[in-house]
Amino acid sequence: MKPVHQAYLLQARQMQALSFSVHIPLVCFGIAFPAMILFVEWLYLRSGDDLYRTIARRWTRVMAALFAIGVITGTILSFEMGLLWPAFTSTFGSVFGLGFAIEGFSFFMEAIFIGIYIYGWDRLSPKAHFLSGIPIAFAGATGSLMVISVNAWMNHPSGFRLLDGKAVDVHPLTALFANSFLWPELVHMYIAGYIVAGFLLAGAYAIGRLRKYPIPPTRYERTALAIPLTIAALASPVQILVGDWAARDVATAQPIKLAAIEGLANTTKGASEHLLGWYTQGQVKYGIAIPKLLSLLAFHNPNAVVKGLDTVPADRQPPVNVVRISFQLMVVIGTLLALLGVVYLFVRIRRKRLPESLWFYRALAVAGPASVVALIAGWVTTEVGRQPWVVYKVMLTNEAVTGAGGIPVGYATLVLVYIGVGIGVAWILRRLARMPMDLPGAGGGLSDAERPSGVV
Amino acid sequence: MSVHLYELPLIFVLVGLVFYVVLAGADFGAGIWQLLAGRGERGARIRDHAHESISPVWEANHVWLIFVLTVTWTAYPIAFGSIASTLSIPLFIAAIGIVLRGAAYALRSGAASVREQGPIDTVFAVSSILTPFALGTMVGAIAARRVPVGNAAGNLISSWTGPTSILIGVLALATSAYLAAVFLAADAARLGERDLQASFRTRALTAGLIAGTIALAGLVVLHADVHPLYHRLLHSDALAALIISILAGAFTLELVRRQRFETARYSAALAVAAVVAGWALAQNPVLLRGLTVREAAAPHDTLVVVIVAVLGGAVILFPSLALLFRLVLRGQLDHGETLAPPAPMIGMLLSASAPGLLARAAAACLLAGFGFLTLAEAGWAHAIGVFALFGFMVCGFLADIPSQLAPFDRD
Ligand code: HDD
Ligand code: HEM
Ligand code: HEM
Repeated sequence: MKPVHQAYLLQARQMQALSFSVHIPLVCFGIAFPAMILFVEWLYLRSGDDLYRTIARRWTRVMAALFAIGVITGTILSFEMGLLWPAFTSTFGSVFGLGFAIEGFSFFMEAIFIGIYIYGWDRLSPKAHFLSGIPIAFAGATGSLMVISVNAWMNHPSGFRLLDGKAVDVHPLTALFANSFLWPELVHMYIAGYIVAGFLLAGAYAIGRLRKYPIPPTRYERTALAIPLTIAALASPVQILVGDWAARDVATAQPIKLAAIEGLANTTKGASEHLLGWYTQGQVKYGIAIPKLLSLLAFHNPNAVVKGLDTVPADRQPPVNVVRISFQLMVVIGTLLALLGVVYLFVRIRRKRLPESLWFYRALAVAGPASVVALIAGWVTTEVGRQPWVVYKVMLTNEAVTGAGGIPVGYATLVLVYIGVGIGVAWILRRLARMPMDLPGAGGGLSDAERPSGVV
Repeated sequence: MSVHLYELPLIFVLVGLVFYVVLAGADFGAGIWQLLAGRGERGARIRDHAHESISPVWEANHVWLIFVLTVTWTAYPIAFGSIASTLSIPLFIAAIGIVLRGAAYALRSGAASVREQGPIDTVFAVSSILTPFALGTMVGAIAARRVPVGNAAGNLISSWTGPTSILIGVLALATSAYLAAVFLAADAARLGERDLQASFRTRALTAGLIAGTIALAGLVVLHADVHPLYHRLLHSDALAALIISILAGAFTLELVRRQRFETARYSAALAVAAVVAGWALAQNPVLLRGLTVREAAAPHDTLVVVIVAVLGGAVILFPSLALLFRLVLRGQLDHGETLAPPAPMIGMLLSASAPGLLARAAAACLLAGFGFLTLAEAGWAHAIGVFALFGFMVCGFLADIPSQLAPFDRD
């Protein structure tokens, strides 16, 4: 397809970014929630303790609502492949499309078994019900693998040749799966799913605990907090190591993105790392410079040469401050989350109980939203850092965009619809949280003090 | 008649489209009947029945659309780009309809009172009309050859507002309503809800007659609007499909009249499938104006892997779908009475010594992960490192959790 002039390219990009920012936090629940619920259900099957059943059932309702919203926001993304970027899809659909086609099957598995799982509580035998949940967790993993394989291909394209603007010699399997860039991205995103879902869920119970302080939490509340929190606490230190791995891959595959992340204007031997600060006129102002650290981190050699932005013309450079600030935001939040996780694990190991300080629970309440910010910031780093390319060094974003008019109208409509959906989701989550507990056989009814005040 | 490699993915797409029209169509139709349910307690029962019948299946049914999109853009990328850009307006309308519909569905389970359900059901119903109509106009635009090749090369408005588009949009609505009524009558019969069964039987007969009339009247529209397609429809293999469709449609009406709803499900589906097949046969080998299926097809390697992927996926998909629908049809996913709880199995979760061991294993894994992932350079070392880090998380979790949950912790 011939490139067209599109006056509203920026709006198209923002519309894409908005749609992702809405979808991706929900996806984290698609990745992590089934596994958590299955774990609790497994505890129930092993112990016969109704408490676990109650937790698993209540979480299932939340999962059902979030899954439905994940489905519709994901559908918007699929439509946008044609609505916003038809030239991209026309040119390279034959190269990357396979990833989405296979992903379609994992959506099928997810949707089929989630139907069985949600409506099968009480109706299927306990074992059959438990088994019906396993494909959901599995499909969450394969689904992410497939989408990320597409994104990794866009960042590090291979498996085709371009002839007169057409993709020829196409090898889709090579393009998608023989790509070194895929693995750090996949692992990093997958772990992010557990961090985000874990901290948001634990944060909901933390808020409940703060609200009813000084009444001590019930066993239900402690259990429902400990499980997601332990997962997130273990995952967040690991995320630093995986993020560092991702950064080293960026250093070799996308030197310009790395230069933007670090605000490195000129190619430098033994480059220093700048913390904080603002990039302007070819340097980072007000930042803290740590000599040689960048070379050391990126190439494991304090005297390595790091390519600067000057290796490409100005119109081939991404917007440095957007990329840089997002990256730093992610790293700062990631470090704090890891710290919180280590504090938690330390208390658990030394004191054999949950932390008691109110400050811990306040931090936990903030950790959930903060992890979402890190998640989006990470994607901004990846996606904006790749600009102006949609397929790195192959196709510019302005060559990919639709020639159809009306993007601002569509964008505004989508914003309004998503605001409405957001309000709806908030409403339903509150509703689900206030639903009375059914703890059958838990020694009669619950006293008021025992009624959970958590959000879920 | 032999099938070429480059046609095979298109056949998959059309099969997916039939499944989407039949299964998701019935879900849309359920929304339409919610709108027409009327007031009062009877109306409320109809709405609840429509909602509950589709609950376990609508997400799976919706995925057929995703399947159609992804296979199209992989196997016929140039056609996908042309369609999606020229028809961006109806596509966007359909997208918004899908969002509103899914959101309304998700919210309804939280609504406590009929008063709260009202607005949610209205959004659900209106979007259930918007989406199939918009998608139908797109099919009409393609059939009427109003979509040229290129990035938004066709007229953004008139491409999908021609007579054929409107016809197929309306037909999509009527078909959806009809399929839904047949399916809902069958569900009501299974649940033993006599009055609901009777209501939906009447609705099925009415909607079926309307859909059939529109379909036949549609031939007149085609004659005027897209004469080549009309001609091929009556003078090629497509004619056979057309006749099958008419017979299956009439047969379904008779089955519904006789209250044989379960069989009617399948013959109704057959009627729809025959219409889609007829359209495909009549239009073949033209995909879009100035573009044949062969010209649109992706390179050979892509076609091969897509075909393999779809066939491989189908091996997993169809047994899973069969399981879902069998459970639904047996009523095992209905609301209602509960099973007896299972007998408790074991008191202790993990033996007391295990956590210490697991904690040490976790520490070892973390160390190994750091070494292999962070310090080492080789790809294979990174792979080991990633597994070690996952080992750290799993062992750490298992070490930590039981002490928190062990029975002595009960209060
Ligand atoms: C909970 C979320 C979260 C947290 C705590 C972190 N990240 Fe991250 N990061 C992501 C969530 C994320 C992400 C949203 O998932 C991204 C976007 C693309 C990707 O693969 O993962 C990402 C991308 C991303 C990239 C860009 C990869 C690319 O362009 O392909 C780098 C270099 C890092 N991260 C590095 C880090 C480091 C060093 C962290 C240490 C503190 C860190 N991340 C914490
Ligand atoms: C496949 C077709 C895709 C296209 C055409 C595309 C294109 C874009 C564009 C143009 C932007 C806006 C960048 C900017 O604001 O400068 C964007 C943002 C984004 N993309 Fe991609 N992208 C695609 C795939 C993906 C995939 C597969 C992922 C994730 C797996 C992804 C994640 C994101 C995210 C999270 C943002 C938001 C950045 C922000 O918030 O500003 N994209 N994308
Ligand atoms: C171009 C980017 C993307 C597209 C086109 C896309 C498309 C979709 C679609 C169509 C669905 C609905 C599936 C259904 O009907 O059941 C969905 C859901 C889902 N997507 Fe995305 N998606 C994108 C980005 C992502 C990313 C970045 C991830 C995460 C790694 C992801 C993972 C998932 C998962 C796990 C679900 C299941 C629904 C849930 O559990 O909430 N997707 N996506």
